[in-house]
Amino acid sequence: MGEAIVVTSGKGGVGKTTTSANIGTALALQGKKVCLIDTDIGLRNLDVVMGLENRIIYDLVDVVEERCKIHQALVKDKRFDDLLYLLPAAQTSDKTAVHPKQMKELVLKLKQDYDYIIIDCPAGIEQGYKNAVAGADKAIVVTTPEVSSVRDADRVIGLLEKEDHIESPMLVINRIRNHMMKNGDMLDIDEVTSHLSIGLLGIVADDDEVIKASNSGEPIALNPNSKSSLAYRNIARRILGETVPLQHLEEESKGMFARIKMFFGAK
Amino acid sequence: MKRKQLVTIKGTKSGLSLHLHDNCSYEDMMRELEEKLRESSSMHGEKQNITVNVELGNRYITENQKEELVEAIQSKKNLSVQDINSNIITKSEAEQIAQENEIVSVASIVRSGQVLEVPGDLLLIGDVNPGGKVVAGGNIYIMGSLKGVAHAGVNGNEKAIVAASVMRPTQLRINTLITRAPDEYPEKDKRDMECAYVDNSEIMIDRLQVLTHLRPNLTKLEGGQNNG
Repeated sequence: MGEAIVVTSGKGGVGKTTTSANIGTALALQGKKVCLIDTDIGLRNLDVVMGLENRIIYDLVDVVEERCKIHQALVKDKRFDDLLYLLPAAQTSDKTAVHPKQMKELVLKLKQDYDYIIIDCPAGIEQGYKNAVAGADKAIVVTTPEVSSVRDADRVIGLLEKEDHIESPMLVINRIRNHMMKNGDMLDIDEVTSHLSIGLLGIVADDDEVIKASNSGEPIALNPNSKSSLAYRNIARRILGETVPLQHLEEESKGMFARIKMFFGAK
Repeated sequence: MKRKQLVTIKGTKSGLSLHLHDNCSYEDMMRELEEKLRESSSMHGEKQNITVNVELGNRYITENQKEELVEAIQSKKNLSVQDINSNIITKSEAEQIAQENEIVSVASIVRSGQVLEVPGDLLLIGDVNPGGKVVAGGNIYIMGSLKGVAHAGVNGNEKAIVAASVMRPTQLRINTLITRAPDEYPEKDKRDMECAYVDNSEIMIDRLQVLTHLRPNLTKLEGGQNNG
């Protein structure tokens, strides 16, 4: 029996879809069988970020309305040998096409066959959010170190804590700009975590490579040389129960000492 | 058999005191009250307003009956009802009073969009985040940071206070008064262990320690309602 994790944030544009894609990819790299579900019906993106857009035949709404079997709608990621699948959202319907109860049943069925179900939640806290959360056992809240994004994350955490079937949510801080944090122009990691007071699952630096990778349909987690890739892989390892220290966000190291520090810190 | 008086009118320094017998039917009492008032109205010729305190003894009357009673008395010229006293209250009223005097302790974080409301005093073990709101009929004590909105004394208690370990509210409300935070908190301004109270129709913020002088009744065990 697998585990269903919803990736949510409240605010749009903080990187839910990128985070979902990369955590899913990183878990598959660790040899886990993963199914990604895009619940952003009407505004689907996850398929584009994963580079699987052209293989979609059926979608989430087709499954829910029983126009096809679940396995027919699942898109297999060829880069992995039978480990990574995507259940894409419909592009032509809207969020009301699916009911939370149907999502719950669907996720329950998928949990039989997969180790991890990663559910990409749409922005907002309406129907789409309710659908995404309905079947989840765990939740990852994505935020950026901006006041507005932290405020919305706080709201979503409050809502998630009311859901009895979800364990206490975990936090991912995305798009960290180290130089701004140092200058105090941006909330720092401690401020964000103490404000939201939930466990920190990982931090991801703002990185041009992530955008490049998303545009080319290759999740950054597949690139072994990128810092952001490492960040996502670390998150995946933490989900699997390993203890991995937080990545150091230092820019290119200047001295020997800094390099040693980085070596230990960013293992 | 000598008929017992159902209504006794006494004059006091502050006006009239109406003692209504509590062992007869409500109708009998009202009839006699109206009679008595009719008699007395001829006696009091002066224009001056007279306040009336009604003593019901061990009688319970409903809100409707209360209105009837007030109407009956005030229909007579220059009488105005100041207070109606009864030894009896209903169970729900008693429960409400008990609740209003109770300190409810809650251990949680009040997050954006959440509202925590209690009838009496609130002891919150946790933070109030921006966008969150705590509301209490009495005082609010927060053992964490107050970064959202706190509203103390909602039911008209101007003596209510708000105390917090870290006082950085977006808005403070006591009774009907509202203050908002300064647009920016100075970096070095710690704002630790502070309280907010009403002084001269203005919400003031000061060190927690001043409460000993301003609200000496806070330290008593009776809780909220006896502060005033």
